[in-house]
Amino acid sequence: MLAFILRRLLATIPVILVVAIFVFLMLRLTPADPAAIIAGDNANAEQVAAIRAQLGLDQPIITQFFIWAGKILRGDLGESFFFKKTVASLIADRVQPTLSLAVFTILLAISVAVPLGVLAAAKQGTWIDRIVMGFSVMGFSVPVFVIGYLLIYFIAIQLNWLPVQGYTRIELGVWDWFRRMILPSCTLAVVYVALIARMTRTSMLEVLGEDYVRTARAKGQIERKVLFRHALRNASIPIVTIIGSGIGLLIGGAVVTESVYTLPGLGRLTVDAVLARDYPVIQAVILLFSLVYVMINLLVDIIYTLLDPRIRY
Amino acid sequence: MSQDGHLATATAATAAVPDSLAEPAVPVRAAPPSAFQRAFKNTSVRIGGFVVLVMMLIGLTAPLTTSFSPTEISPAARNRVPGAERMVRDAEGKQTKVVHRMGTDSLGRDVYTRVLYGARVSIFVGITVAVLSISIGLVIGLMSGYFRRLDPFIMRVMDGMMAIPAILLAIALVSLFRGGGLFVVIGAITVPEIPRVVRLVRSVVLSVREEPYVEAAVTVGTPTIKLLWRHVLPNTLAPLIVQGTFICASAILIEATLSFLGIGIPPETPTWGNIMAEGRSVFRLFPHNILYPGIFLGLTVLAVNMLGDGLRDTLDPKMAKRV
Repeated sequence: MLAFILRRLLATIPVILVVAIFVFLMLRLTPADPAAIIAGDNANAEQVAAIRAQLGLDQPIITQFFIWAGKILRGDLGESFFFKKTVASLIADRVQPTLSLAVFTILLAISVAVPLGVLAAAKQGTWIDRIVMGFSVMGFSVPVFVIGYLLIYFIAIQLNWLPVQGYTRIELGVWDWFRRMILPSCTLAVVYVALIARMTRTSMLEVLGEDYVRTARAKGQIERKVLFRHALRNASIPIVTIIGSGIGLLIGGAVVTESVYTLPGLGRLTVDAVLARDYPVIQAVILLFSLVYVMINLLVDIIYTLLDPRIRY
Repeated sequence: MSQDGHLATATAATAAVPDSLAEPAVPVRAAPPSAFQRAFKNTSVRIGGFVVLVMMLIGLTAPLTTSFSPTEISPAARNRVPGAERMVRDAEGKQTKVVHRMGTDSLGRDVYTRVLYGARVSIFVGITVAVLSISIGLVIGLMSGYFRRLDPFIMRVMDGMMAIPAILLAIALVSLFRGGGLFVVIGAITVPEIPRVVRLVRSVVLSVREEPYVEAAVTVGTPTIKLLWRHVLPNTLAPLIVQGTFICASAILIEATLSFLGIGIPPETPTWGNIMAEGRSVFRLFPHNILYPGIFLGLTVLAVNMLGDGLRDTLDPKMAKRV
C-alpha cells in the first residue's frame, strides 16, 4: 500500500512540473516588465536594473526557472504587485471562505446526489427517473451565477430568510458563518449534484443487472438494503472518480460563486488579480488550485483500494 | 451490405437476360437506417437542434425584429422596467412611442435588443471554439497516437494542462492578453478543451491500429498519411461530433462566465454575459437585466447539451454506455 502511494505520488511529479513551467512562462510572456512594476513609477533605470538583478531577471531563462521554482519550494511565492503584501500571506487570509464553501458544497452535493442517482436507477424509466435526469441536464446548462442570483432574489430578498451577500469569519460567530454559507453552497452544489447524480444512475444501472443483486433480492433482502448495501458499494468506483474529477468544475464554480456572494476567498482574489494584472498572485493561485486538484485525484486513487479490496497495485 | 448484394443480383440477372433491364429478380430491401439517419429521428436531437436553430435565427434577424441599436446609450431612459413605454423624437421632430420589452439597463440601452444581438456572439463563440479545439486536438491526437516517439511527451503536456481547472486556465490566458477582445477570449476558451480532444482521438487511433484491416493496409505498404486519412479519421468522426457539441455548450457557458466576471469580451459588446455583468450593481431593484439573458443563455446551453446527448446515444453508442 505504502509503495503504491509512493509510486502514485512520483507519477504526479511530471504533471506538476508541466503546470509549473506553464505558470512560470506566463509571467515571462507578458509584455510588462516585473522589475519596472515593482520599482514603481518614480524609479530610475538604475533602480529598475538593481531590482532586476535582485530578482535574477538578468539570468538566462532556464536559470530563472530554477531560481523561481526553488523559491516556490521554500514557500516564497513572491510579492503582490497590487496589494503590496507577500502572496503567501494574501493567500493565507483568503483560504477560509473558499475552504468553507468547498467543504459545504461537497458534503451537500454528495448527500443529495447519490440518493437521487440511486432512486433514478431503481425507478428507471418512470417519471421519477425522468425528473432526476431532467434536473441533471438543467444543472449542466444553467450558469452558476444565474442560479446564484435567482436564489438571492427569491430566498434572501423576497422571503428575507437568509443574508443576501457577504461573509463572516468562523471565529467571529459560527451561526452567522453557517447562515452565510447556505446560499453559496446551494448555488455551487447544483452543477456538482447534476454530475454526481448522473454518474450514480449510470453506474447503478450497470450493477443492478448483476447476479448478486438478483441473489440478494431472491433471499428476501429488503429493497433499501439491496440498493445501498449490495449495489451502491459495487457501483461506487465511477462515482468516487467523478467526485474527484468534478473538483475541477467546483474550483471554476467557486470563482464565480465568490463573486456573486462577495465572499473574500481565493476565487475573488483570482478575479481581482486579473483585473489588476497582478501576475504573481495569478501564478500562485493557479499553482495552488492545480496542486489541490492533482492531490485530490491522487486521494481518489487511494480510496479505490479501500472501496474494492480486489484492486491491488 | 444489402445494397451490394442487391447490386450483384441485379448484375447477374442482367447478364442472364440481356434485353430486359427492368425489374431486378430479388425484391429490393431498404437499407437499414445509417447512424446519421437514426440521429435525425432522435427526439432530443430534434428538440435541441430546433431550439439551436431558433436561437441562430433570433441572432441573425435581430436588426429586423428590433428598432433599437444594441450599443446606443440613452441617459434619459435608464433602468426602465420590462414593458416600459416612452416617447422618442426622431430627426424630423415627430414623436413616436417605443416599448422596452425587457426594460433598459443602467446606461439606458434596450435589454431586449441586447439579448437578441447577444445570441450572435454566444453561438459564434460556441461553434468557433468547438471547430478550433476539435481541429487542433485532432492533429495533435493523430500524431500522438501514431508516432510512438512523440506520444509520451505530448501526453505529459496534455496531463499538465488538464491539471489546471478549465475556467482557471481560460482566466489565466485572458489575463495575459487583456483587452484583446473576442478572439483572445475564443483562444482562451479553446486551449483548455484541446487535451480532452487529444485524449479521445488518441484512444481511437490506438484501438484502430490494432484492427486487422489496418494491419493489412500496413502490410501492403499504404503510406502513413493515406492510412490516417482513410482508416483512422473516419473512425474518429462520430465521437468528435459528439464531443464537439459538448465543447460548444461549455464554451458558451465559459464565455458568459468570463464576461460576467468582467474579464471577457469588452463590456459594450452585447453578449449575454455582459448584459448580466452590467445588471449586477442594480440587481436588487431591477432583476430583469440578469433574468432575461439568463433564460436565453440557459435555454441555449440546454438545447446544445440535449443535441449532444441525442447524438451520443445514436452516433456513438459505445460512449453512451460509458457516460
